[in-house]
Amino acid sequence: LKHLRLPHVEYVKLLDRYGKESTIGTLYLTATHLIYVEQDNHTRKETWVLHHHISSVEKLSLTVSGCPLLIHCKTFQRLHLLLPRERDTQDVYQSLIRLCQPVSEDELYAFLYNPNQTEAERRDGWDLIDMATDFSRMGLPNEFWDISSINSSYELCSTYPSLLGIPKTATVATVTGSAKFRSRGRLPALSYYHKDTKAAVCRCSQPLSGLSSRCVEDEQMLKCINDANPHCPFIYVVDTRPKLNAMANRAAGKGYENEENYPNIRFHFQGIDNIHVMRSSLQKLLESPTMSDYLVGLESSGWLRHIKSVMDAGVFLAKAVCDEGASVLVHCSDGWDRTAQVCSLACVLLDPYYRTIKGLMVLIEREWISFGHKFNHRCGHLEGNPKEVSPVFTQFVECVWHLCEQFPCAFQFNESYLLIIHDHVYACQYGNFIGNCQREQQEMRLRERTFSLWPYLLQNQAEFQNPLYKRATHNTVLRPSTLPLHFKFWCGMYNRYDKGMQPRQSVVNTLLALTLRHTQEQKTMTELQRLAVVDGILPGPIGTVSLPPDQNGCPRTTPTTSFGQSNGDCTSVSTCAGGKEDSGLEMSSQKEAEGSSATEHELQTKTDKPVSMVTQKEKVTESL
Amino acid sequence: MTMEFSEHIKTANVDDVVLKLPLRPALKGTLCVTAHHLVFSERKEEGSYQLLLLLRSVDAIEKRMTGLSGSSGTIVIKCKDLRILQFDIPGMEECLNVASSIEALSSLESVTELYPFFHRPRELSLSEPWGLSSPQQQYAQTERLWDRWRLSKVNRNFSVCMSYPRTVIVPCAIDDITLAKAASFRQGGRFPVLCYYHRSNGMVIMRSSQPMTGANRKRCREDELLLQAAIDESEMGYIIDTRSAQQAQQARMAGGGFESKAFYHHWRRLHRHLERGKVLQESLIKLVEACGDPSQNMDRWLSKLENSKWLSHVHSALSTAGLVAECVERDGHSVLVHGFEGTDTTLLVTSLAQLILDPASRTFRGFLQLLEREWVQAGHPFRQRCAHSAHSHARLRQECPAFLLLLDATWQLGRQFPLALEFSEVLLLRLAQDAYASDYGTFLCSSEQERCALQVKENTHCLFQFLLRREEREKYVNPLYEATDLAIWPSVHPQSLQLWTGLFLRWTEYAQTMDEAREEIWTIVKERKETDRPKGCAHTTLSRHDSFTNVENLMDELTVL
Repeated sequence: LKHLRLPHVEYVKLLDRYGKESTIGTLYLTATHLIYVEQDNHTRKETWVLHHHISSVEKLSLTVSGCPLLIHCKTFQRLHLLLPRERDTQDVYQSLIRLCQPVSEDELYAFLYNPNQTEAERRDGWDLIDMATDFSRMGLPNEFWDISSINSSYELCSTYPSLLGIPKTATVATVTGSAKFRSRGRLPALSYYHKDTKAAVCRCSQPLSGLSSRCVEDEQMLKCINDANPHCPFIYVVDTRPKLNAMANRAAGKGYENEENYPNIRFHFQGIDNIHVMRSSLQKLLESPTMSDYLVGLESSGWLRHIKSVMDAGVFLAKAVCDEGASVLVHCSDGWDRTAQVCSLACVLLDPYYRTIKGLMVLIEREWISFGHKFNHRCGHLEGNPKEVSPVFTQFVECVWHLCEQFPCAFQFNESYLLIIHDHVYACQYGNFIGNCQREQQEMRLRERTFSLWPYLLQNQAEFQNPLYKRATHNTVLRPSTLPLHFKFWCGMYNRYDKGMQPRQSVVNTLLALTLRHTQEQKTMTELQRLAVVDGILPGPIGTVSLPPDQNGCPRTTPTTSFGQSNGDCTSVSTCAGGKEDSGLEMSSQKEAEGSSATEHELQTKTDKPVSMVTQKEKVTESL
Repeated sequence: MTMEFSEHIKTANVDDVVLKLPLRPALKGTLCVTAHHLVFSERKEEGSYQLLLLLRSVDAIEKRMTGLSGSSGTIVIKCKDLRILQFDIPGMEECLNVASSIEALSSLESVTELYPFFHRPRELSLSEPWGLSSPQQQYAQTERLWDRWRLSKVNRNFSVCMSYPRTVIVPCAIDDITLAKAASFRQGGRFPVLCYYHRSNGMVIMRSSQPMTGANRKRCREDELLLQAAIDESEMGYIIDTRSAQQAQQARMAGGGFESKAFYHHWRRLHRHLERGKVLQESLIKLVEACGDPSQNMDRWLSKLENSKWLSHVHSALSTAGLVAECVERDGHSVLVHGFEGTDTTLLVTSLAQLILDPASRTFRGFLQLLEREWVQAGHPFRQRCAHSAHSHARLRQECPAFLLLLDATWQLGRQFPLALEFSEVLLLRLAQDAYASDYGTFLCSSEQERCALQVKENTHCLFQFLLRREEREKYVNPLYEATDLAIWPSVHPQSLQLWTGLFLRWTEYAQTMDEAREEIWTIVKERKETDRPKGCAHTTLSRHDSFTNVENLMDELTVL
């Protein structure tokens, strides 16, 4: 807590998106959160922002009304604060800069966070998602595929998981030889096995082929993958990069497979751009939208073009596997960004299991966490090279959202599930998304020192349910249209905190509330009948049974501790943080202390105005 | 009459025609041309597919010769509801004959030759009431109007204003002679009349056409009196002009103009430019073209979407309506809306403002009544505006999708407030279809006068009455509807406005998954509400609503009597 220069500042203004209307409140800095408390006569509204969620802090130039501080978050929240004094602003600024990106892993929130679980519960939580179980669900091992522990000590490939799906015919020499010929040792390994067609999706990194190098073992490895699928005489090798990028890599001794050296492969480029292009595209997307040229800005950001390129590649894979029964080997450069996106998307398309709440966890655990998507670097958890940061996982989540939009009945989860996962990827509250690969996670002893997110999500799954989910009719492959007109800006993600832009009433929440009430009433009815039978009386007037509809499905606890007590004192601050642990959801949400009635259900009251309209009206003059 | 139709039909039946529909395998069968329909029957023993296409709904037809030395032909039919069908017809002559029949019969000029005059379903009788509401009824139902506003029959012969209904609601203080004089000062005689009374504060929305001030800044005492009588001495009214200030200024050169501050002391004028006519029609054409573009290029789609400007028209419509609603509800001012003729953008704005403000207009019946008052009776020239839709290559004359824009904006409201409207998107789609081609007489003609002259009400069935029949109504109701008395203020941020996929992607697979979702919502609500019904509050709101509808039905019967 040495980085906390100032525990709280009073009379801080919070400006709205347009810098117009503002509220006055107190700003608190705790070890883990920035908290803005707006104290009105009757209401007390708190805005919590986790330090890890802060992506940038800017000091804008001084104005008459105060010193502005602009805070951008990785959850796309934006806080525009006006502090009364320059010195305080500087202190808050300095503290946040230090707090939002710690230098060492030990400072991450997950190592502080304790959701009041016993050691056994913690262990069970981590065991909830297990790769071996997923392999056996896919039907492994079988006559073609083996589960190999050749990488159990991470010596073959330091960034791969300990368990690998490998073709049965591949010898140790083939496997190790192939690993040596692949960038960072990321050899071809099974991502997904499609039971119906016996086709497999495999992933790896680029080969070190340069301009003319070959590797017999690698060629053998691909042949083994081909042989593992008796129905199809060839495999697709999909390089997800643009051809130009792949060619440039050849000059550096890397590159792509030469079809002449690998018999029976069909080679394809997919043209997904690299992490740097994606990073700047998102930057543009977030800057652009203004009133008049919204669509122009959307187009020039290129964001939807990139999303479509990921989706196209995923669809290509799914079609190859499902329609042609062909196995596919996917890579990009290192095989941990684009490859992860494309393979996991293909799984969502191919297998209804990954469209369930649990299934998506398994998928993320396998394709992203265990196959070494560099969450530490890509999310900027720690102070480091900003050029390593890139919204690769965000894009995957968005692709899934687009599928949910096209197939409203095919997913067990709703939008808020995607959002909460996305939040937690950046939050570092649970250990799941810390580190760059499985080996690093083990070295950090995350399983002993932190908690897993998945049990928490499962416990609260009622609110993530998609009421329209119809598993029975969506038990096969999804065939989305990838025509450009099916891609739209995801307001629910990128303008999530601009409540005015969201639909004011939510179909999902209404249906969930309806379902909840329904089940509760049924429970009550059964209970009443049981009691009536027990007591030997008839059931009483049923009219009294109806329950108040709770939009959120469960009551939310609000932090009640008064922050005045904290005074920068370490212990009481962590008590504050501890006080809200029950509601792990509330990392950065706004709520009112008086009965959290701020649900989507609420209609705009007479006092708030549609901003755009008011402002225009004032400007008009009688010019004639 | 049948003789005339048969002149257009040289080949009535063709066998072995192949029909290609979106999302269906090709079908083989017999094509038959009748006076008002294309009938296609699949040649199969059982469960065969039948297509009945109203010829009026054909927007454009393309024919080309195929096969060896043109031995057969292909006809592509593009419908006004944006559907595209293809017929492969053996025999060149047959193909040409069918094509020319379709061309002639889909563009019959005379209204009384159109299908609504022949549509006689067994379950409907021509003696049933035509229409849902009238100014009389609106007046009778709003008691609080009575001390200040009156019903005027100054237009009983349509002599004062050709495009107004016979009766209108005007300030008590203004007599019919003054009205007639004011009318002569307004384009097309469309003098200011009341269209909405806001119960909570007594403010009103009125509409009219532009005043004919001309280059010499003419004035009209009677028109000034009329507007003054609509508000109190101490009050300030707002005139929302749906043209830009520059357009209004230029209109003076053509004899039109605007209310000058000097003569209308208590009225403040605001300009909000809404596109109309040709610009709007071209916007629709561009959008539909973009939606049909098979290109995989994202940038191309986004720039085409941007280029069509359709969403920015939706934006202007909603934000101008929001402005009107804000004047009335929040600032407590009465509002007069007009543009040029007062038959297009004006109606768009006044009806959307009512949807925002008035809970009654968000009910199933209320919405249809709103459309009837604000569009059908208020003289939106449906006949010209909806003559062609987005596919037609015919030279644009007076086509304009103002009504479609209203439906789109209403859909946006429904998307932002999915519980607030009693009707669903399906109703909007049905209306979008029927406005262009229908079995019913509701959207025929351009004014009440024309409808009377052609005896539309006597000889056709009323779409709105039909939709309100129990078994029809079911299809169009929003299962999630929960009445609210609050205004529903739409967000007009560009991020909040979306392409109406239900309409523009209606004939794609996408629409099928949306239908599935809609059905699922129905199932859930039905299941859950069934169990709730005997105990919960849902029941009481329902029954209250039912009795309300009963009263309205009674009112209808009274008017008929």
